[in-house]
Amino acid sequence: MTMVEAAIESSGLTRWFGEGETRTYAVRDFSFTAYFGEILYIVGPSGSGKTTLLSMISGILRPNSGTVTIEGIDIWRLDDNALAAFRLSKIGFVFQDYHLFPRLSAAENAAIPLILRRRRWDESVAEAERDLDVVGLKSRANLLPVKLSGGEQQRVAIARALVGRPDILVLDEPTASLDGETGRSILTFLRKSILTDRRCIVIVTHDPRILDLANRIITMEDGRLVRIEERTPGEV
Amino acid sequence: MLGILELGYKLLVNDRPKFFALLVGITFAVFLMIEMTSLFSGAMYRASSTVTNIGAKMWVMDPAVQAVANTIPLPDYVLDEVRSAAGVKFAVPLYSGGALVKLRDGTYQSVTVVGLDDESLFGRPELIEGDIENIFAENGFIVVKDAEFDKLENPAIGAEFELNEHLGRIVGIAHVATSGLFGVPTLYTTFNRAREYIPNSRFTISYVLVEPKSPTDAAGIKRQVAAMGYVALTQEEFDQRISTFYIYQTGFGINLLLMTAISFIVGLSISGQTYYTFILENLDKFGALKAIGAKGYELVAMILFQAVFVALTGLGLGIGACALMIWLAKLYLPSYAAMMTYGGLGLAFGMVMVIAGISGYAGIRKVLRIDPFDIFRG
Repeated sequence: MTMVEAAIESSGLTRWFGEGETRTYAVRDFSFTAYFGEILYIVGPSGSGKTTLLSMISGILRPNSGTVTIEGIDIWRLDDNALAAFRLSKIGFVFQDYHLFPRLSAAENAAIPLILRRRRWDESVAEAERDLDVVGLKSRANLLPVKLSGGEQQRVAIARALVGRPDILVLDEPTASLDGETGRSILTFLRKSILTDRRCIVIVTHDPRILDLANRIITMEDGRLVRIEERTPGEV
Repeated sequence: MLGILELGYKLLVNDRPKFFALLVGITFAVFLMIEMTSLFSGAMYRASSTVTNIGAKMWVMDPAVQAVANTIPLPDYVLDEVRSAAGVKFAVPLYSGGALVKLRDGTYQSVTVVGLDDESLFGRPELIEGDIENIFAENGFIVVKDAEFDKLENPAIGAEFELNEHLGRIVGIAHVATSGLFGVPTLYTTFNRAREYIPNSRFTISYVLVEPKSPTDAAGIKRQVAAMGYVALTQEEFDQRISTFYIYQTGFGINLLLMTAISFIVGLSISGQTYYTFILENLDKFGALKAIGAKGYELVAMILFQAVFVALTGLGLGIGACALMIWLAKLYLPSYAAMMTYGGLGLAFGMVMVIAGISGYAGIRKVLRIDPFDIFRG
């Protein structure tokens, strides 16, 4: 696998919360590049700024200073509506708690990005069912989230992130709520079936059981970049 | 935009307990609001029943008259002066008063007696039995067949009764547009017989009914009548005066207004609180939608759509329930006064839209304030 083209370039990212004596830096002067075709982990202890960094590079949280460039676009120069449209077309999100609508079926939940892109409901759900097939949940497409196991809900969330064919996939603690075997199987699935030369997967985690599946690991502490490790992903 | 509205629809109706609670709240509020306004409209319509049934274009009366039943007799010269006023095509006297009828079983029944001008019988009712000419027969009365008819023991033509120790005889049975407000039967007779049978003060004319030569003459007639020290009102103005009296002088209108306001508050409380809970329960999902790429105005549209959808569905159900109840009530209680009007429906629509607006606004504020970053932070 070659990693040549930059998917995300961040430079001097800084974000603080509070003002005056209460000002706390979550991320300080953080610069890094993520490439297409890689799985990049951001690891570090709780409170090290991983989630804040992930939010800034995915267009969710505006940095106090610094830039984030995705496919040549400085995303923080976009207005709110343009940034929302950019996220919708370029970035797929998998949240730690999944955030699936409890009254929508798995397929309807997975279809939401297409519906937000103003595609017809039936057509969107049909396409989402194909992605549920990719994540191995075709037979569970019509079930409500409450009928699914944690791992299955995670797969629905992944299908929802994939359905819009985003270039960048952002996962926040994807294995936090899963047992070791399920968590590992999901990450293995991402590497085998989802990662392509035109896709970059960024994962925030502090789960040591899945570290061997990364191409690179960025370690953070107190909002700063401590080191970047290049790895050869383990046997899948 | 259609897709996110469909998403809003699914989120709403798939949460059946909340959807049902919202519908019940709005439907109940609409039902009460329309029932109250219908009762009010029905009562007002009936309060003006004499004005409606007689159908004169203009009514001359003492300025102190506030309701059709509270007559202040006019001197005879007023009739003569009105007849000679410019723009008057014709003017006739009308008697309207109350009396007691002694029934065959010895009990008494209050009645309204309307005395029509002997010359023209202007304002006569539509007869369903008998001949109008027989009103001139000895002791002749025409009885109105309405919801109160049976209080006179369903009299047939030829039936006799006693009115203030005078003999009365039914010579015709009539139909009128509307019954009176107070639940008493109505008898029509001639003006002269009415004032002969019913004890009166020195003056006996209750109203002078005026037919202007043309609608544009009404203003001139009013001025001339005002110069006499009396007042001339068009039918609509008299109806309005009667409504104003019942609304502001009897407490009737204020009480109904209060009930309508309480219905509104009940609807707002139930639906507003339920919808707000619905938003709170899904707040993290709305945050996730924002993170994924939903724009603020799309979420606003979705929430407003949900609120308006519930409101309009509840409005329809409430109107249907109220119409059904009024229909059933009238089946068993013919004198039931409720009457649905476009005004009442419009008021309910407006209030329901306010409920939807307030409920939606609370939800919109909450959803717009949620930061997608909070979703990441958990």
